[in-house]
Amino acid sequence: MVGTSASLAGGPVDEKLVIDGEVEIMTRVPAPEGHPFDELISGWHYRTEETRDLEADSFQNPGMLYVERGEEIWNTVDGAAGKSCASCHEDSEEFLKGLGASYPKWNEDAGKPFNIELQINQCREQNMQAEPYKFDAADQKALTTYIKHQSLGMPMKVDLSEGEMQTWWDKGKELYYTRTGQLNLSCATCHENYNGNYIRADHLSQGNVNGFPTYRLKQADLVSLHNRFRGCIRDTRAAFPAAFSDELMALEVYVTWRGSGLGIETPAVRQ
Amino acid sequence: AVLAASAAAAGTVAPDSVPIVDMELSESLTGVQGDPQAGREAFADRKKGNCLACHANADLNDQLFHGEVGPVLDGAADRWSEAQLRAIVVNSKDVFGEQTIMPGFYTLKVGINVDEEFAGKTILSAQEVEDVVAYLMTLKEN
Ligand code: HEC
Ligand code: HEC
Ligand code: HEC
Repeated sequence: MVGTSASLAGGPVDEKLVIDGEVEIMTRVPAPEGHPFDELISGWHYRTEETRDLEADSFQNPGMLYVERGEEIWNTVDGAAGKSCASCHEDSEEFLKGLGASYPKWNEDAGKPFNIELQINQCREQNMQAEPYKFDAADQKALTTYIKHQSLGMPMKVDLSEGEMQTWWDKGKELYYTRTGQLNLSCATCHENYNGNYIRADHLSQGNVNGFPTYRLKQADLVSLHNRFRGCIRDTRAAFPAAFSDELMALEVYVTWRGSGLGIETPAVRQ
Repeated sequence: AVLAASAAAAGTVAPDSVPIVDMELSESLTGVQGDPQAGREAFADRKKGNCLACHANADLNDQLFHGEVGPVLDGAADRWSEAQLRAIVVNSKDVFGEQTIMPGFYTLKVGINVDEEFAGKTILSAQEVEDVVAYLMTLKEN
């Protein structure tokens, strides 16, 4: 019986996430109105003790190397305009504080929500005359991680009153409950109905996004949010949408709202 | 598996053409007696039943990590008849309702955007369903 009973533990652990003994992260918060849950819980609570400890110590957290790399990119000139991010956004500490916690955000010119990755690419193309990053390029992940990390511990929020954000939220919600693939599962089937349970070796969480990009031990690399979405969809044996497609942006708006108020953990550590 | 599939092909019932009535499917899908040993393998195989993803089962304690999303299957044959177990494996939605997380293993009523590799196919073949049902019938406690 040892083999099975050992893996049948279940439920989120009851502990606090305090990074370097200094920054306490809000990992359990009351849900906003109209949410299917009463309490929102970070994926951190569903991980093993070793994994949780890695995230609580920024010297041990392997994702912190990418934050350093991201800062380097921020200050490096690239493209025909001869500029770096820092050339325009001079007081980077002031500029970036809390910024990553308020994405995705309505972009009036594009007529759609932007996430950090899309905003980076827009500045690279329009303001630096540099090539946009390809999806999941190492520099894209590092720069995104650096930017989000500047909001560490700040509550994640999404402003649905701007532009057509509400319409995108509606679309994202519909997708969240749509069953896909040969296995016929929706996001909600796993993350709403069965969170807290083991599905094979994986402890199902609420599927919150406040830790992205996350450092995944299994892949020994940073994993972007759209990569995670695509992996979950692929696991239902369905074809997955392109990164930054309307489908995945709608899902990002909706799933970010589902985690409203959770503290930013980027770079979170996951199994 | 190849042998079993072709031997059975002639009399095999196509997916979704057998109505599950009152949560039962008494007729074999193939007319060929299921093989419990092959069923035990298909049950555990991550590319086939992958039943351990959601169900613990003491008979397979040599395999690591049993899921806990569904009930423990020890003694399943004491709780369900063969006809009921066949219905559950063929299309659990006809037994537990549309909302169940358990996939239907011999049905084409599935989710949208099925990946090309799996489009128009069932998760298990008809004979594999019979094998898994034969295996489930061995899970008795009384
Ligand atoms: C030549 C000037 C310039 C450069 C270089 C530049 N930006 Fe920008 N950035 C802007 C301007 C102007 C805006 C506001 C309008 C817009 O979105 O283009 C902006 C907006 C932003 C925003 C959105 C701020 C908000 O309020 O939501 C972010 C994030 C950002 N930039 C990041 C970057 C990053 C990362 C880089 C380097 C890859 C970069 N920028 C390079 C000029 C620049
Ligand atoms: C077959 C079950 C299943 C389905 C369906 C599924 N997921 Fe997941 N998801 C998982 C597992 C397992 C993990 C890893 C453990 C965890 O963090 O929950 C995960 C992780 C995640 C995470 C990372 C959570 C964290 O804290 O790092 C997000 C975000 C997520 N899923 C979103 C989604 C979305 C959006 C959908 C639908 C498009 C979806 N999932 C569909 C099983 C599923
Ligand atoms: C993704 C999860 C999942 C997978 C995979 C799965 N099941 Fe299930 N199964 C369930 C759930 C959940 C139930 C309980 C009914 C419900 O709540 O919908 C169930 C119920 C059952 C029952 C009835 C159990 C009882 O004693 O009441 C049997 C038998 C069964 N499953 C067999 C199987 C077999 C055989 C396989 C693989 C070929 C399998 N299941 C794969 C989730 C799953």
